[in-house]
Amino acid sequence: MSSDPVDVLIIGAGASGAAVAWSLAETRMHILCLEQGGWTNPAAYPSVGRDWEARFWGDYSPSPNIRGRAEDYPINDANSPIKIVNFNGVGGSTIFYTAHFPRLHPSDFRVRSLDGIADDWPVDYDTLAPFFAENDRIMGVSGLAGDPGVPERTPPMPPLALGRSGALLGQAMNRLGWHWWPSDTTVATVDYEGRARCINLGHCTPACAQGAKASTDITYWPLAQRAGVELRPHCRVREITTDEYGMAAGVVYYDADGREQFQPAHVVVLACNGVGTPRLLLNSASARSPSGLANSSGLVGKNLMLHPYAQVYGYVAEATDSNRAPPTCLWSKEFYETDTSRGFVRGYTIQFGRGAGPVMEAVTSEAKGILPWGAGHHAVFRRLNGHRLTMSAICEDLPEAHNRVTLDPELKDSHGIPSPRIDYTIGDNTARMMEHGIARAKDILGAMAATDICVNSPILYGGWHLLGTARMGADPERSVVNEWGRAHDVKNLFIVDGSLFVTSGGVNPTSTIQALALYVADQMKQRLANLFD
Amino acid sequence: MTADTPLTGRQTDDLRAIAGMIIPASAAFAVPGADDPAIQADILATLGRDAAPVRTALDRLAHLAGAPLASLDPARREAAAAALRETGSEAVATLTRVVLQCYYRDDRVVRSLGLEPRPPYPRGHVLEDGDWSLLDPVRARPPFWRRA
Repeated sequence: MSSDPVDVLIIGAGASGAAVAWSLAETRMHILCLEQGGWTNPAAYPSVGRDWEARFWGDYSPSPNIRGRAEDYPINDANSPIKIVNFNGVGGSTIFYTAHFPRLHPSDFRVRSLDGIADDWPVDYDTLAPFFAENDRIMGVSGLAGDPGVPERTPPMPPLALGRSGALLGQAMNRLGWHWWPSDTTVATVDYEGRARCINLGHCTPACAQGAKASTDITYWPLAQRAGVELRPHCRVREITTDEYGMAAGVVYYDADGREQFQPAHVVVLACNGVGTPRLLLNSASARSPSGLANSSGLVGKNLMLHPYAQVYGYVAEATDSNRAPPTCLWSKEFYETDTSRGFVRGYTIQFGRGAGPVMEAVTSEAKGILPWGAGHHAVFRRLNGHRLTMSAICEDLPEAHNRVTLDPELKDSHGIPSPRIDYTIGDNTARMMEHGIARAKDILGAMAATDICVNSPILYGGWHLLGTARMGADPERSVVNEWGRAHDVKNLFIVDGSLFVTSGGVNPTSTIQALALYVADQMKQRLANLFD
Repeated sequence: MTADTPLTGRQTDDLRAIAGMIIPASAAFAVPGADDPAIQADILATLGRDAAPVRTALDRLAHLAGAPLASLDPARREAAAAALRETGSEAVATLTRVVLQCYYRDDRVVRSLGLEPRPPYPRGHVLEDGDWSLLDPVRARPPFWRRA
């Protein structure tokens, strides 16, 4: 069964797909987005029920392998010390993220020039700056201007309150003379563009029932749909087809009833994240492109970067905010920029967490062996619960070709489409960085006289940031897409998600992913008359 | 074992016994143990996808104990529980988690921690603003991000 062709077909309705849809809508082209998941219902989010914490190990696990919903695709990540986490649905992983919203730094785009490693990006911070600002406005970012650790920016909303945890952490950082600052977040601190302000549900990551956390289902998508973009949920794309000229002809997908469909399109935009996009390109192999679509460089799926997290936490005598506020409150850029005396190049952000809820506290402390079984249980639990503070060093991952996404020869999703397989190891430079981050986090906890120090390095279910698997660049032999997101091999195929990243930086990437998507969309609009030249 | 009762009678008895060993009742803290009937009912009613690994863990416990756990003398009971915990298996971790997650959402237990027995939404929580003057020394620092 076939449909009328659309001008632009976007695959994926998450962070980048929503942004590019909104930006292109002003062209008045016929734009269609196919999303394998559905709309989520805030009334069914975990924080509305008494089992709000338990669902983290069930239907609101960050791991698609554990969630196991029909709209999730399984991922073979057995050969990785970091498991892949994501969310599939309208809004994508913005439904299920901490809302920590830093930008890549200017130096992140120039790592070859500055540090002699990896490659420079074909775009720079200044080029993306207006798109960062536009994205901050639409997503709704809260933060505080004046941070000496990052380029100046003007968040449209005031920052989250420091709370007890932020104050304790700030005091400790001041004792050490180290930088700290309230984080930029996409949590609305005031009523904003139809979103109610945060009321401190505290359980932000697995979806915000209040709607204070920006996810693209409540930010970009209402705007894009009002502007005429068509969004079809529960439609899973199997492959992108090409015509006799090697141009993308459209996609084969399974509709909400499981029926195979063909949707022709003049332009195809991939927005499926750093695992989903290479999976789809590899699943689109043909006689013309036997190693996968847009893969003449052989780089589709390679150079996967995951941002290993080195997490350290401990317990202070004072009461913390625990689970009663957005979990992330501060960042530190003290160790972000390269200082070779540390034994590695590049660096990391420290992300500070306010604490944990009682069930999470009990389960993780028992697993760490600091919460006993038996008679001593209650006294120890009362000393731990509501007293935890967490530091996570989010470490820059460098591109390495052996870290990659391929197709699993056996594993398939609910439509029988081959699933991705992940082969990933943590590089030596990153491993040294993680050790440094652990030591500095212990220094910070020491400055608070914290006890019962625990380390998760890497965070096992911490593969949130899926980057680098279809990198951008000017050289078709060393990149998959060009400087503005168009595939070198297929001139009506664009990529706008984290796959584009040349290097990873040491920050949560969603802000930069969306700024890049807006930049690519802007480039497309400027070149509409000769888009395929 | 039926769809409504995911564990056998023996498994249910052993679950109650091991739960009470993980978290015993405490008069000092005025809380029930995890073997409390209401907490056990919650565990059984919400076992769901965890049922299979919990059965695996309980079967392992039965093997280690050699008899219903509650029937053993205290020393043998403690030894069986310790041996179970030392296996470090995913199944035992799941068993422990389901006990903990149902215990720490029980109204009586939550109140004993000074917390309100309710979901976060819709009332949320109050977050104190904090002392923003703490940022003064950081504000005084010149920009140190690397220009490129």
